[in-house]
Amino acid sequence: MSPESRYYRAHGIVLRTYKLGEADRIVVLITPERGMVRAVAKGVRKTRSKFGSRLEPLSHVALQLHEGRGELHLITQVESVDHFRAIREDLDRLGKAVNMLEAVDQVAQQDHPAPELYAMLLRALRTLADKDSALVSAGFFLKLLTLEGAGPQVQVCVQCQSTEELVAFSEIDGGLVCREHRRGTGLSADAVRLLQLILGGQLGAALNEPPGPATHEVSQLATRALEHFIERRMRSTAVLGQ
Amino acid sequence: MASVYTPAVQALIDELGRLPGVGPKSAQRIAFHLVKLPEVDALRLADAISDAKAKVRFCEVCFNVSDEVRCEICSDDRRETNVICVVEEPRDIVAVERTREYRGRYHVLQGAINPIEGIGPDQLRVKELLDRLRDHSVTEVILCTNPNIEGEATAMYLARLLEPAGITVTRIASGLPVGGDLEYADEVTLGRALEGRRSVDVS
Repeated sequence: MSPESRYYRAHGIVLRTYKLGEADRIVVLITPERGMVRAVAKGVRKTRSKFGSRLEPLSHVALQLHEGRGELHLITQVESVDHFRAIREDLDRLGKAVNMLEAVDQVAQQDHPAPELYAMLLRALRTLADKDSALVSAGFFLKLLTLEGAGPQVQVCVQCQSTEELVAFSEIDGGLVCREHRRGTGLSADAVRLLQLILGGQLGAALNEPPGPATHEVSQLATRALEHFIERRMRSTAVLGQ
Repeated sequence: MASVYTPAVQALIDELGRLPGVGPKSAQRIAFHLVKLPEVDALRLADAISDAKAKVRFCEVCFNVSDEVRCEICSDDRRETNVICVVEEPRDIVAVERTREYRGRYHVLQGAINPIEGIGPDQLRVKELLDRLRDHSVTEVILCTNPNIEGEATAMYLARLLEPAGITVTRIASGLPVGGDLEYADEVTLGRALEGRRSVDVS
């Protein structure tokens, strides 16, 4: 055995999978210690695979991997921690969960430990499995931006620090603007309130908000803000909506 | 780097190398095998390829691969017309046919909903499926997509779409592969197998 090859264990959440060859898949995971990990699961597409459904996107798993010389690691064992069945069996929740997985896939990097990102995704998925909520993915996107140091300013106008009459959101300025400095997309007072709840440490309250025009506004805004940050369109929001 | 092979051989290697699962080294091996082959044998392969490309098209009804405008299954009168089995790929029809358990018709979606790749219902043959259901002669639709996240999402989407039409929509069961060991079964599969358990007939 060459000195650079070795086994290691990790916890991870499966973000996405690609087909590889006849019966294999490349599995992309987010792990706390190593950030994004790309690994091969041999034979996972066969009905009799020992991995079974454990390596489907959204699964929270404990793995043993083998790190070779290349960029791709090899999955040798998998144990399921949680498979979020409530999300999997509900198209609306699944859509929201896939949005979050795609966002993490865009932001996470290989060999960059990401304990906060991992914990945040896990918390969001648990919340979503517990009950459906209109603002789960929007809240996640905004928190993700904050974690990446690109969180929007929502408490005061980015131009004049005024707290009064915040009426629009400007992606270029990275926050809300007051009537006087208005540019970007207009927002209702309700949407502003929700944004302030999400980023002001009261995410729980925002998640209890029933779906309506304001939650829709916030979802759209959060997606656009994230797209602005990753400089790419989110694919999954177009397919299953948020 | 200049090519070490004559252009004709290099072109062959390049073309073979584009095939799925064929790497540069395999492409080289196959190319030299073909070059060494008697001319008749090599041309038979060439003919098979051009023949397939010229003749094979998608069935106008179910989108299975077919030599004719309608595939063999769609033009077979002995098959039941009131059941449609919805699959992702023509390959899946072959798998279902091998069971000899199914005597109805098929519908090939030519893919599955894959949100991360940006593939939605519009890129699949969903509209064509709805068109087939319009005359109310079909009483059951079996959702036979893969039991992975894309296939499940597709099945859920179709179930939701077909529900108002008043057609019986069923999903193939998930369970343990025959001949396998229980202890290696994953939680989702084993859970579903338990859920879908049957009473044992002792007659």
